[in-house]
Amino acid sequence: MSLDLFFQYLFAGITYGSIYAIVAIGFNIIYNTTGIINFAQGEFVMLGGMISISLLPFMPLPLAIAGAVAITMVIGALMEICFIRWLESPSVLRMIIITIGISILLRESALHIWGESIRSLPYFYGNEISAFTIGSVRFSPQVLWVIIACGLMVIALSIFFKMTPVGREMRACAANRTAALLCGISTRNMVTLSFMLSAGIGALAGCVMSPITYTQYDIGTTLAIKGFTVAILGGLGNYPGAVAAGILLGTLEAFSISVVPLAFQDAVAITILLLILFIRPHGLFGSSEAARLKDF
Amino acid sequence: MKKRKHLGIVGLCLLVVGIHLYTAQTGTQFYLTQLTMAAYYGLLVIGLGVLMGYAGQISIGHAGFFAIGGYLSAALTTHNLLPFQDRPLVELLDNLGLLQPSVDLYGGALLTVVPWAACLFAMCMAALIALIIGIPVLKLKGHYLAMATLGFGMIIYRILLATPYFGAADGISGVPAFTLVPAIGSFEPIVVSGAFGLRVMNFYLAFGFLIIGMILLLNLIDSRSGRALRSLHGSGEAAEASGIDTAGFKLRVFVLSAVYAALAGVMLTHYNGGIGPSEASVMKSVRYVALVAVGGMTNLWGILIMGVGLTFLSLRGVFGVYDDAVFGMILILVMLFAPNGILSLRIQSVLHRLFPRGSGNEPMEKQHRSAESPGS
Amino acid sequence: MSQGIQYIIVALSVVCLLLGSSLSALAETIKIGAIFAVTGPASFLGGPAARSAEMLVEQINQEGGINGQPIELIIKDSAGSSERAVSFARQLIEEERVVAIVGPSTSGESMAVKIIAEDARTPLISCAAAEVIVDPVARYVFKTPQKDSFAAQKIFAEMQRLGIDTIAIAAGNDGFGKAGKEQLEKLAPTFGITVAASETYDSKATDLSALVAKLKANPNIGALVNWSIVPAQAIIAKNIRQSGWDVPLFQSHGFGNIKYAEAAGVAAEGIIFPSGRLLVADSLPEDDPQKAMLIQYITEYETRFQEKASAFGGYAYDAVNIVVEAIRQAGNDREGVRDAIEGLQDFAGIGGVFSFSPEDHNGLDIDSFVMLTVKDGKFTLYERQ
Repeated sequence: MSLDLFFQYLFAGITYGSIYAIVAIGFNIIYNTTGIINFAQGEFVMLGGMISISLLPFMPLPLAIAGAVAITMVIGALMEICFIRWLESPSVLRMIIITIGISILLRESALHIWGESIRSLPYFYGNEISAFTIGSVRFSPQVLWVIIACGLMVIALSIFFKMTPVGREMRACAANRTAALLCGISTRNMVTLSFMLSAGIGALAGCVMSPITYTQYDIGTTLAIKGFTVAILGGLGNYPGAVAAGILLGTLEAFSISVVPLAFQDAVAITILLLILFIRPHGLFGSSEAARLKDF
Repeated sequence: MKKRKHLGIVGLCLLVVGIHLYTAQTGTQFYLTQLTMAAYYGLLVIGLGVLMGYAGQISIGHAGFFAIGGYLSAALTTHNLLPFQDRPLVELLDNLGLLQPSVDLYGGALLTVVPWAACLFAMCMAALIALIIGIPVLKLKGHYLAMATLGFGMIIYRILLATPYFGAADGISGVPAFTLVPAIGSFEPIVVSGAFGLRVMNFYLAFGFLIIGMILLLNLIDSRSGRALRSLHGSGEAAEASGIDTAGFKLRVFVLSAVYAALAGVMLTHYNGGIGPSEASVMKSVRYVALVAVGGMTNLWGILIMGVGLTFLSLRGVFGVYDDAVFGMILILVMLFAPNGILSLRIQSVLHRLFPRGSGNEPMEKQHRSAESPGS
Repeated sequence: MSQGIQYIIVALSVVCLLLGSSLSALAETIKIGAIFAVTGPASFLGGPAARSAEMLVEQINQEGGINGQPIELIIKDSAGSSERAVSFARQLIEEERVVAIVGPSTSGESMAVKIIAEDARTPLISCAAAEVIVDPVARYVFKTPQKDSFAAQKIFAEMQRLGIDTIAIAAGNDGFGKAGKEQLEKLAPTFGITVAASETYDSKATDLSALVAKLKANPNIGALVNWSIVPAQAIIAKNIRQSGWDVPLFQSHGFGNIKYAEAAGVAAEGIIFPSGRLLVADSLPEDDPQKAMLIQYITEYETRFQEKASAFGGYAYDAVNIVVEAIRQAGNDREGVRDAIEGLQDFAGIGGVFSFSPEDHNGLDIDSFVMLTVKDGKFTLYERQ
């Protein structure tokens, strides 16, 4: 393999990886406060893209994105309030099934609202064919936007959860809900907040990736499976882990094309994930101690 | 206990015969087509129900086992071996009587594997694969278990989509009828086939499989290992402490449910005359989980009835373009209001939940109570 | 376990209710069945198809139906899965007693339903692209989309003129991509063209730059033929231009919707693809047999649904039109309709001018395709330099 090709694959892998990572971050937020994996996370990504595209004719791009994020956050909050808030200590199985049900509902609603055609936001910078060049490697400026968004999210979330009072309260809920309640934290509101937060992050992800991937009503499922894979691979609840695992999986997929036929790409990626799960069930960057403490 | 179990089975048999007589009487026998298909899906769903309800293990990959059964059987019984006639393996199979000549839709000569052999091979493969992946997968818990089974389903789906031998995106069509029992004397042969003339026979055949499957599972639940199974869902540690090999039980149930799924796949593929990759998709697996949840995880009868009933309605296209949406809705509502299955619902308790204080809604509630009280 | 009996009683009463309630039939209507993938992964095919078919039937009924009898179009959503298509085909044939079935939308479903239609002696007019549906010919099975092999031949002929002798093929992993790839690989040698690489990718792929990098690394490749639908066909166009690879990009007739060219933006410029005359209806000469039909379809579809008309909707429009014409000639009779379809000659439709025969159940010839290209964001006839 020539050096050129190596770097081309590497950059392709980073493109894939940053898309996966940005979806995986959303999974982690809700997991961290509630211990739930929200299978409707991919639908937040789809909704973010779709709503911003629908808003775009009426307002400039940054405003449309902000609007989409806000609307999706409201949808996330509503979802939590309607379906999750009033359940008393639901089992993991029940939560998995409920969030799967919600994802199906959101997807089918999107089909009936926006139809089956594809849409996309315009490129934030340049257009469909513009590319930055480093040496002989060329990549789309939008990839940079995705990577920047991804990095900013990780930094902002780390600060939020470590430094701000609300963030600390959310972490307290994740660690021990009863104890948090006893300390006077409104755990229910914290859960709603975490759904809003991850919906907003999902929507933002949907907006920045839309020029690359396009937005279609059923894009959520594919992205959610990849995002879930990456979140598990990076260790559930671990933001930098998710980014690292995303890039790793993306690069792996990009390089696998030189060995196996492209048609088997996904099968290869998932097989590797399963093997890792069998050897290190808590993920590559997760802590086995923490995993054992959680009862799910 | 025993007697009641038998009563349920007898009731089911009577129901099956009743439906046949009713449709024959009213000239609506076409309902049997979708009922037959639904019964095969029901077979998969009750197997999954025991895994989820009694062994407490979720599987979002059971469509994968269904597809292993259906696809292997379809591929073996349709791919023409005539060009490879001289290969030693093909010769060996031929000498063992496992190959049969036939003609395709356009009159071309074919040499294919006998459906019986293909069916057994497919089921053995499903059992083997379940055993191999079950050992590591069942050590996982919660989300990791969900991910692992989902991943397994995805791998099967991707492999089928990428392999020309399995027809890639088009799947396999032209699967021949499956002669279960050849003609003996004046008795007609028993054939799994979608031919319009064999509809009644196939209706009874499908429900026969379902009833036998049900009896086996009921016995399993009632047996010593069954009691262990139930304790697994309750408390794995307690079961472990009392000397029960929980891991072994889980694995056995996992393999059993995989075999049920594969059998359903084989039979339905022969009945439909083909299979497509959509049978292996994640949405299918999710749908099976939904059916189990709707029926009530620890309620085999509920699972059977909701599994067959809802699939029947879906296959008839009752929900139109809202098919998936309706399933999503049912899934959410059942999990919210009746986590033990839709049939465990008592109307008052739902009202109680919806209107905790009951103010302003009392008349309605009373009506319901008075409506129910004479019966109970 | 006593609940078991209780449940069975409940179930029995539900079943009885269902059986009893659905026995109503409208008298004197002509029933046509339709199976489209309105939802699910193939909804880009089934959605426009269902809308076009519904629109056409409504029109015909407003004009008084066929010889005074109204048509009832029963559309079933198969969601692209063959087991549902099989179930619906049996339902339409036996229960609804339709005179003919239009659809299914994908080749996998069509192949699964084909045998049922043959068994039940019911005409089936598939809207799927794959050639195997009508080759070899089955007595009751027809199809309206142009053959893939014609599209491949058109592309290869163009390549010969451009002096390209080594190509790469990329295709989506759906029925459309599979069928096209097969024809391309089969026909390439007869045009003296070498296929240097042939890859299948996930039709829901989010980015294909790794594939492009792999193909670009082979300096012999003089052109890329991509056979897929949205979004992948737009994604690959972008990735090629972003990577600075400047070989000609050929697409399939699946590119035939201006929406798709818009989705690829500047990257769509210069894409060459075969297409029916739908996309260049305005620039056709007045005496073209298809022109009136095309303009009518485009105006009606676009005013009604506020979206661009595409070839996929046209397949279903043609299929319904053919069935209606056959019923007009032969009445409400399956065998008669079959014979009438086989006898149709010079029937102008959206996809081309249909002339069926016992040996040809597609009825279109290679001239139903023209080569188009994208210039300044618009489709124009491809003119050779």
